Amino acid sequence: MHRRFKGALLAGAVIGIVSPAAAQTEIQWWHAFTGRLGELLDQQVKDFNASQGDYVVVASNKGNYSEALNAGIAAFRAGEQPHILQVFEVGTATMMAAKGAVKPVYEVMAESGLPFDPDAYMAAVKGYYTTTDGQMLSLPYNSSTPVLYVNRDAFTAAGLDPDMDLSTWQNVGAALDGLKAGGSTCPLTTAWQSWIHLENLSAYHNVPFATKENGFAGLDTELTFNGPVQVQHIQAMGDWAKDGKFIYTGRRNEGGANFRGGECALFTESSAGYAGVKSEAQFAFDIRPLPYWDGVEGAPQNTIIGGASLWVMAGKPAEDYKGVAAFLNFLSSPDVQAAWHQNTGYLPITLAAAEKTKADGFYDANPGTEIAGRQMTAKAPTPNSKGIRIGSFDQIRTVIDEELEAVWAGDKDAQAALDSAVARGNELLRRFEQANR
Amino acid sequence: MEKRVTFKGWFLPLLLVLPQAIVSAVFFFYPAGQAVWQSMFIPDPFGLKSQFVGLGNFEYLLGNSYYRASFVTTAIFSTLVTVVSMGVALYLALLADRLIKGSGTYRTLLIWPYAVAPAIAGVLWLFMFNTRVGVVAWYLGVLGYDWNHVLNGTEAMGLVVVASSWGRISYNFLFFLAGLQAIPKSVIEAAAIDGAHFWTRFRTIVWPLLSPTTFFLLVVNIVYAFFETFGVIHTITAGGPQQATTILVYKVFSDGFVGQDLGSSAAQSVILLIVVSALTIVQFKFVERRVHY
Repeated sequence: MHRRFKGALLAGAVIGIVSPAAAQTEIQWWHAFTGRLGELLDQQVKDFNASQGDYVVVASNKGNYSEALNAGIAAFRAGEQPHILQVFEVGTATMMAAKGAVKPVYEVMAESGLPFDPDAYMAAVKGYYTTTDGQMLSLPYNSSTPVLYVNRDAFTAAGLDPDMDLSTWQNVGAALDGLKAGGSTCPLTTAWQSWIHLENLSAYHNVPFATKENGFAGLDTELTFNGPVQVQHIQAMGDWAKDGKFIYTGRRNEGGANFRGGECALFTESSAGYAGVKSEAQFAFDIRPLPYWDGVEGAPQNTIIGGASLWVMAGKPAEDYKGVAAFLNFLSSPDVQAAWHQNTGYLPITLAAAEKTKADGFYDANPGTEIAGRQMTAKAPTPNSKGIRIGSFDQIRTVIDEELEAVWAGDKDAQAALDSAVARGNELLRRFEQANR
Repeated sequence: MEKRVTFKGWFLPLLLVLPQAIVSAVFFFYPAGQAVWQSMFIPDPFGLKSQFVGLGNFEYLLGNSYYRASFVTTAIFSTLVTVVSMGVALYLALLADRLIKGSGTYRTLLIWPYAVAPAIAGVLWLFMFNTRVGVVAWYLGVLGYDWNHVLNGTEAMGLVVVASSWGRISYNFLFFLAGLQAIPKSVIEAAAIDGAHFWTRFRTIVWPLLSPTTFFLLVVNIVYAFFETFGVIHTITAGGPQQATTILVYKVFSDGFVGQDLGSSAAQSVILLIVVSALTIVQFKFVERRVHY
């Protein structure tokens, strides 16, 4: 920035006049991607910058999701906020409540005059970031949904048919019995237990995770994930843990190492884990839809997303927002989205990108990669399966992690643990409500 | 007899104290005052609005059984870290003090771990004890012990204590060794001639003469265990399983930076400040009496 400023001064001194039209507007984007994802993101930025001459997007990594959010908040307090901030899905309620700190995407797009059609986006994806009256607040960027990864060789080794039906948890239970009997030391493991086994479980069985449409309709929401469907599932998982059929490896995606190393037969993980499994697995694997409990009315409904969206921060000159809008428009274009989807395993956020990927023949070449999209779009989302929008969500997930660990360790039964998680979570929700009154 | 230096007038002594006073004011009193002020509000994360709640944050915290349990966890954790890191350091220092050949190498090697940042130390220990790929966990498995700190709270506590103490042993070792070498050899030799065995010499001569060092290390190590072990806990257990390793300072972090609940976080800092001040006062009032300078 400094150099450019000096350069401009120098140019001005030489020509004798600083022409404002020649200056490019800089758009700051703070994100949480490193490694391969960071490279792909940088490529998008490079392509955008090369595609036009009015704006320069500058992307900076600010650590992991929590750290990027904190950096954005701290910067806002200091008046130094970026134009665009990548915020993970659990931070959605925090950002939404910060009226005055963010500029809703629909507003940015409307003011820019650029074509913007919210209906071009997948309903199940945009729903997470849209108000109850249909206005898109942030732009979906990277979205994924949980699926079931199957180590086919482990099934064969245990004397099971790797093509057996694993669409219901009842069938998975039978498979776990067989795997255990066949000598498997890790029949099932999971990543992101709260996201997959409570949040998605609730949506997938069309039962509420929280009141007020899972928090979409108001800050006075209360958690309700201690209902019979959730208790039944967590109890089953707890029983499997006791029998050594479900191996708990940690709160994040630690289990991925065990699955990719070939130790675990089944693994519930984000669809975005596909690239890692594909590059590391030395065994035959396939991807199946997330199982559901047969007998629960309405199941399977649709699963919900995880990942992050792009929030536009308030307090920048009006001219800058035109650049932001142009960039967001670029990111949503079918080519960019289709490439992103195919390279990362994240969902295509627009229907056009999904169509293009299909037309490219990607799904035929990579069987299983279409499952996540199909699972999300099979049915129109209900108030229980649009997403979850509750405050202090990151902390509530920690509470859930703690209580679930009590079940896996055999210290509590599922009902007691979920009741306690609900009570503790509600306390956090009341504080969030008070802070944002 | 205390030495006293008397100044004529006020100007020079004030001038001499000024730099320290400024440093304390800027880096301690001002932020501490801010924490006290913030602890009486519930702000939103972006600083757009803020509500005065008086002692509401403290009421909320102290009424929460999980927060109260965190005091017990902190007490267990800091006692263990202090005892382990000082005990092992003293033992090693006693050995190094008796060494004649190669003591330089030995000492240098013992000091190395101090150069490792807590978060890195945490990752190192985590790798060794990883339930699936860890070397130590694997050997324990060979011996028939199923190591699983991911679900077993006692094992998790043991692991964070060891990881937090490890680097600290070096620091304590340095001070203990210096303390031991400051004890006049003639006193110990005289005792030896009188027929006192090693243990008797240690108990009646070395330990009392070492007490200023021990006292200093006690204060410093407790403060370390309370505040600086954050990185180790963050990398190894993140406070889990359940809340087995959630010490007070870790909760300050998670409520403030994960939960964006700055009011509660500030109130917790104030409580932590009070606890550590009280502990230090107790140490100076009661423990220091038994120190021989």
